Amino acid sequence: MRQLSDKALTRLRNGAELPDLSGTRYRLLERVARGGMSVVYAAQDRDLQRRVALKVLETPSSQGELADRLMREARVLARLEHPGIVPVHDVGRLPDGRVFYTMKFVEGQRLDQYIGSLTPTSDRLRLFQRICDAVAFAHARGVLHRDLKPANVMVGSFGEVLVMDWGLAKILSGDVETETGTDPASPQGPGNGRSGTTGSVVTGHGRVMGTPGYMSPEQARGEVESLDARSDIFSLGELLRSLLSEKPSDRSLDAICAKASAQEREGRYATVQELLSDVSRYLDGLAVEARRENIFEKVGRFYRRYRFFILLTAGYLVMRVLLLVLIKP
Amino acid sequence: MLQPTFRGGDGGFPATRSSVLEGVRSGDTAERRRALETVCQEYWKPVYKYVRWRWSRGAEDAQDITQGFFAEMLERELLNRFDAGKGRLRTYLRLCVDSFLLNEDKAARRQKRGGAVQHLALDFAAAEDELAGGCIDAAAIASPDSLDQFFEKEWVRSLFTLAVEDLRTLCIAQGRERTFQLFEAYDLDGDENISYEQLGQQYGVAVTAVTNGLAWARREFRKMALERLQRICGSDEEFQRETKAVFGGDAQ
Repeated sequence: MRQLSDKALTRLRNGAELPDLSGTRYRLLERVARGGMSVVYAAQDRDLQRRVALKVLETPSSQGELADRLMREARVLARLEHPGIVPVHDVGRLPDGRVFYTMKFVEGQRLDQYIGSLTPTSDRLRLFQRICDAVAFAHARGVLHRDLKPANVMVGSFGEVLVMDWGLAKILSGDVETETGTDPASPQGPGNGRSGTTGSVVTGHGRVMGTPGYMSPEQARGEVESLDARSDIFSLGELLRSLLSEKPSDRSLDAICAKASAQEREGRYATVQELLSDVSRYLDGLAVEARRENIFEKVGRFYRRYRFFILLTAGYLVMRVLLLVLIKP
Repeated sequence: MLQPTFRGGDGGFPATRSSVLEGVRSGDTAERRRALETVCQEYWKPVYKYVRWRWSRGAEDAQDITQGFFAEMLERELLNRFDAGKGRLRTYLRLCVDSFLLNEDKAARRQKRGGAVQHLALDFAAAEDELAGGCIDAAAIASPDSLDQFFEKEWVRSLFTLAVEDLRTLCIAQGRERTFQLFEAYDLDGDENISYEQLGQQYGVAVTAVTNGLAWARREFRKMALERLQRICGSDEEFQRETKAVFGGDAQ
């Protein structure tokens, strides 16, 4: 029997791990991310001559369950055509039977890595609004993400924001609920580490799926069947909190975060649009729904919003008074 | 008396795809025996090397211990106590080896070896060749923390060796000896400087034949390694986990 050196072990391992793309129109470039059960590679689409991200199961699934889930994940993405959601291009099977799908290759950074470069709070809030736009769109299409967190949002080279990793998505279509439930791979892009660091948890049936710290209490309790949009809203609240964590405390923003991520879902915003509206009100200098202001705060906000006109008017009145006093008939 | 012989061959493996752990608990004696043979074949080499390095035993002593350990595993049905939900089979076996060594008396072992206990025919010479051939970096396994990694690595080596032999058998059966030669030359001998074109010239085939042949061989190798792996896993979850460890980032 042949002896295998350490080098041979490594070559066999690498060679056997890499997906065999023969017979497809893709050429393998490099591995970019790994999840629990799937791996994401950069590949070249020979026909369209562009770079794509190719997600493939790491192992063949004996009962085909994981393959079905990856296929459903691709279908979820296919029904979510939105500028803030990574588009899927193709789906198929490798010669060894493993299911794969290709999607847009995003050059950029994960949000948790990018956020340090955004200084003004208003910039962070506007970025958050774009995330909410994408999630609201998904909800309108009957899809819950269920794993919203900074590591699953990419910011592209031109500032585009994309919500990634729909591996735990749930489709709500009437009475039919469909879960994807593949372990999510971490997002693409340079500088990303292994997905083991993103912390998403997927266990067996009936199960806890999501990321500790970002998943809603009902999700953490494994109440998979009763999850609705408010579960994603909880995650958005925690995501917003993480975006603002380095900033000085602001009562209105704190109130928005608190309402979005209330422990009881009845206490949260009912829809992502409501959350978005409150963030927009804050940016416009208006009172937010999440918090009732006292009279002093109302006056202070009114002053901040109309400061220029107030000062202009006050200046005019002072000038008039001075003129009346100094120029006596 | 049970005398499994598995000197690098593939004979006698279960026709079904049930896990080996189901097999060892089976009421059918023949199936139980086959399952234990499977475990022995996959693990005897890493056990032997582990005893040599971890316990610093000489070759002859390590042979006795390895024989004795697997004989005891057969007699005392050690695998029946393994719970796949609590850990990996190879970790459990390694700990059993440690326990065996701590408790086993040398004199008693010698007595057993000559007695009525099953004697396993294992290719210790090949294992010694691997040890002597520089396959193992002694400095890298000096610390206790790396013992697990060492055992895992040797287990992977054993698994891959068997899968390579499976591939060789398949290639011979299908008249693809040239494909196996290409696979050997490129993936096993691992000359990083050789190109597909050079390989093609060396073996008198077109570059496309090299590309397709290697792709086929790697695919089949992977399939065979996974089949062997699946046999010794107790559940689908364990299989997925072990696959990642063998082929993925967790493996050393």
